[in-house]
Formats: sequence, structure tokens, C-alpha cells
Amino acid sequence: MKTFLNVALVLALTLSFTSAYATETLNGAGATFPYPVYSAWSFEYNKVAGVQLNYQSIGSGGGIRQITERTVDFGASDAPLASAQLTKDKLLQFPAVIGGVVPVVNIPGVKAGEMKLDSDAVCKIYLGEIKKWTDPKIKSLNPEVKLPDNEITVVHRSDGSGTTAIFTNYLSGVCPEWKSKVGSGTSVKWPVGIGGKGNEGVASYTKRQASSIGYVEFAYAEQNKLTYTLLKNSAGNFVKPNFQTFEDAAATANFDPRKDFNLWLVNAPGKQSWPIAGATFILLAKEKIASNKKVIAFYDWAFNNGDKKAKELVYVPLPTSLKNKIRAYWKSNGLQ
Amino acid sequence: MAETSKKNPMDMVFASVTGIASVTVIIFIIGILYVLIAESSLAIKQFGVIKFLTSTDWDPVKNSFGALTNIYGTVITTILSMVFAIPVAIGIAIFVTEISPNVLKGPIGIAIELLAAIPSIIYGMWGLFTLSPIMSTYIEPFLKKITTGIPFVSILFQGTPMGIDILTASVILSIMIIPFTASIARDSFNLTPSVVKESAYAIGATQWEVVKNVVIPYSKLGVFGGIVLSLGRALGETMAVAFVLGNNHRITTSLLDAAATITVTLANEFAEADTDIYLSSLFYLALVLFVLSFITLALAKFFLLKAERKYSRG
Repeated sequence: MKTFLNVALVLALTLSFTSAYATETLNGAGATFPYPVYSAWSFEYNKVAGVQLNYQSIGSGGGIRQITERTVDFGASDAPLASAQLTKDKLLQFPAVIGGVVPVVNIPGVKAGEMKLDSDAVCKIYLGEIKKWTDPKIKSLNPEVKLPDNEITVVHRSDGSGTTAIFTNYLSGVCPEWKSKVGSGTSVKWPVGIGGKGNEGVASYTKRQASSIGYVEFAYAEQNKLTYTLLKNSAGNFVKPNFQTFEDAAATANFDPRKDFNLWLVNAPGKQSWPIAGATFILLAKEKIASNKKVIAFYDWAFNNGDKKAKELVYVPLPTSLKNKIRAYWKSNGLQ
Repeated sequence: MAETSKKNPMDMVFASVTGIASVTVIIFIIGILYVLIAESSLAIKQFGVIKFLTSTDWDPVKNSFGALTNIYGTVITTILSMVFAIPVAIGIAIFVTEISPNVLKGPIGIAIELLAAIPSIIYGMWGLFTLSPIMSTYIEPFLKKITTGIPFVSILFQGTPMGIDILTASVILSIMIIPFTASIARDSFNLTPSVVKESAYAIGATQWEVVKNVVIPYSKLGVFGGIVLSLGRALGETMAVAFVLGNNHRITTSLLDAAATITVTLANEFAEADTDIYLSSLFYLALVLFVLSFITLALAKFFLLKAERKYSRG
């Protein structure tokens, strides 16, 4: 009986403390990709503003549905929605942070950043038309690299994912054949290759299978020191995947507030732009002005104070010009 | 009336509590079925029943969905895993009940039950990082080598061994279901009266003969029940195979090819299903699995009952 009383007392105390601290809670749900950076930001923000952000990473599809049904304060999606759908469901949309996709290879003797690929080569490899690393197309891009005469093993994601959506949008943008045969989306009907679940699945197969190519999130490639390749961007330069080339892509891309920033950040026109990137988006319900203001206060704080934290977690912060465009967008929708 | 009034009030409470508990299960099942049908109605309208069940197309970009590849994957992995698991499980049960010295009975029994307590995601990760490399470097090339040239059998082992395929998934699945079959088989073997066994030994039967002619016939029904339970488990298992099956929507003849089961497709694609018809088709798939499991278990129950009746008459 005594232990029971003790337990009850401790429980009561903890409950009263938590309720005293959790003055305000914002509920969000959606994309899994930005979850680490949102939770890091919300931890800091809770300390300065006393607002708790409860973000559930249930996937972009789920995030869109939940905000459409108004069960959360904000939704998050890796795929931008078109203005028509936003108007229909009475939603607002703005980008929050940027990530990218990086092709990784496992070719004996080839180190990170040695291999050069262009969009045509990546597309033909994933269509199954280029079958060997010694294909003349790849040889002409890499005259100095010694390539083995092996069949290429193509690795892709087996689960539905924003990473796949960005990658297939890139391929659809540069390769008409891909667009007509396969198309773009969170999961597609792959012409060739094997599927790995998650970034870790793709990375594990690519590492294990000599002479293979896969694609993973930039952060995952960076943290696990995977063998990335250089890519030719739309300005014709071969670029490395790093913070500068991602920021260049975000700064030169035409994010248009009048279209609710609906844009896939692929094949950006900048000279140093990495061609396969993507912003992840926040969705708000137009009529919930009071809670929207709180959500926006959080993201405004994050835009001002969160860049360092984002970079630590290998996310690319939005460039200042884009942040200002977003603030103007908030203002024009009467939220700031 | 006089009967009930004599009853202890506690008995009444007890009876109603247990009664309500049992009714809840039925309500849940009906509720799940209702939700599955309601959510998949869009896909049912668009694709119909026959077309959905026979189409091998699964293309989220073009919004064209069919279940056949998923059903095929589910059936093949389930059958294969049962083929691997049943002999091992029954072997374990026979060893534990009839052959092993008493000192070993406890540890082996605990090991089996521990195997059942491991969460399936652990099996999945272990499969991805440990089993799959072993399969692709040692076992699958070996199987390929010894089967080349043999007609029909070699078809089963075509293609490059990657370790992400039907074979690896079935092996993991079989490890998962061994404990269910083994512990139920062990319990039913234990039910064989010692008098019968001892009489058999007394007339000079060997250990093998006792097991074959006395223990197994005596406990057939229980063993069969254990197999049915693990069949249900294998049909619905998700995370253990999600990592090593590749989610490939194609019908393949080679066991070294990636495939997709209904549950793997659901686990992989549910969160990011962005169009209504895509989501509805996934619910439709779940409905198909529900019906498939129901039919399997009902058939098993039917045979079990039939056998039982035959037994009690005989």
C-alpha cells in the first residue's frame, strides 16, 4: 500500500509539472525527411518561446490528408501541391528547408567524386539501356577513370518516398523517354534494378554489390561517406553535391509566391547548381488564422536562428532571398 | 428462472464480463471488414473484382493497380516458408519430447519460446544486414551451381544472386514460424499417454517406430492446428520480409528474384500514397489479404473438425 501511495504521488507530481510546462502545443504531421531538423528546431524553440511542437512523421501523403481533414495545425509534404489543389482544399503552402538526392556508386577503384555522369547517362542506366560501365557514353564522360567491364546493378527505393519523387522528377525533366515510359512519383514502376527499403537499404545493397549504382538523400551520403558521383547541371558544369551547390540551386530556382512556391527544385539554372534537389513544404489551413500565426512564428524563428542547426544535421537552409519571399507571402495572406 | 435466482451474483458478473469480452472480438472483426470495404470502394468501383485480382499491373504513376503480383508473392513465400519450417519444427518437438535427456528439455524449450518473443523488425534488420549477404555470397551461388543443367529445377535459381529475393524472405519467415509450430507440436506430443508408448516399447518397438506409429498418429490434430496457426502468421507477416523482398511488382519464376507480398506493399507504400485511388487500392489489397486469411483458416478449421469427428467415431 505504501509503495502504491509513493507511485501515485510521483505520478501526480510529474503530471502537474508537465502540464505546467506544456502551455501551448502545435500539432503537425507529414513528411519523414525533415523530421530530425523540425524536432531539433522545436527543442530550441520550446526553450525560448515555451511552445511545444508535436510533429508526427507519418509520411507526406498522410500529412496532406491530415491537414485537408483539419486534424492538425500544419501538414508537411516533400511534394509541392499545385495551386489548383491548394485552392480547392483551402490551403497555404511554403517551403521550409532543402534537401537533395545524390547518386552513389560502388565501382572497385573509383573514389568519391571521381566519376562524372550527365542526365542522359543516369536516365539510360535507370532505363536499362546502358548495361555496362564500359558503355561508350560513360567512357566519353570519364576518359581518365579506369572502368571495369561489368554489368551495372541498378538499385532504387522499394518503399514510397519523397527521395524517389525528387529523383524521378529530375529524370522526367531531362529525359523525355523516362517521362513517357515511367513518369514521376513517390513510387514508380521501375524498368530495371532491385529495391532497397529506405536510404539504409539502398546504401547497403550498393555497398555490397560491386559495380552498382543507387541514389540516396544527401544527408545520408554525407554522414556515411558514400561514393557520390559528379553530375552535369543544366548550365553544363560538372558539380559536386555540397552546401554551396544546393544553395546555388535554391537561390537561382524560380520559387514563385503567386504559385504558392509550387516547384520541384531539379535542374536549377545556376552555374554551380546541383541538379537533383527538393524543398520540403509546410501546408496550412487558410481559415485557422490563430494557429497559423503560431506555426508561422515558429518557422520565422527557425529561418532567423535555425540555419546552423540545420547544417549540423546536413539540411540545406533556404537562401535569404527565398526567406524574404516567404515572409512577404505570409504577409499577403494576413498572417504576419 | 429458479435456476438463475439461485446463482451467485459474482457468477452473473463474471459471465457477463467474459461474454462482453468475446462479443467485442466479433464487433472488431466486423468493424475492420466494414472499414476495409468502405475505404476500398473507390478502387472496387474502378477496377472491379476479377480485373483487380488478375491484373499484374502496379503503376502508381499511371494509377493502374492490380493485385496478382502481390497475391503471388504472398502465396509463394508462405508455401516456401512452411516447407522449410514444418520439418524442422516437428523435429524439434520430437527431440524435446521423446529423445532428449531431461537436462536439455528446459533450455531448448526456453530457446524456442524466446525465438517467438523477438520482434519481427529485428528479424527484418538481421535479414538485411546479416542473412542477405550470407545468402548472396555462399548459399545462392551454391544452389545455382548444383542445379544448373537440371531441367525445371534450374529455372528456380535463375538470375544474379542478390540476397534480396523470395528465397531469403522465405528463410526468415520460416525461422519466425518455427517456434509456433514447434511448441504446439511439443505440447500435443506430450499428451500421448505414457501407457500406450510404454506398451509399444514393451513389444519391442524402436524409438523411431514409437514416434512414427504411436506419437504422431495420436497427436496429428494438435500438430495440424499448430501448422494452421503459423500459416496465419506467415500470411500476415510484414516487417520481417519488408527489408529483404525488394517490393518488386513482377511475377517471377526464379526464387532469386525480388517480389512483393500484400503486406510488404502495404508497409512500403501506405505512408506515401498520395492519390485517392492509390490509397484505396492499398485498402483493397488489405481486403484481399483479409479474405485470403479467412479462407485459409476456415478451410483448415473445416479439415480439423472433419478429422476430429472421424477420430471420435473411430
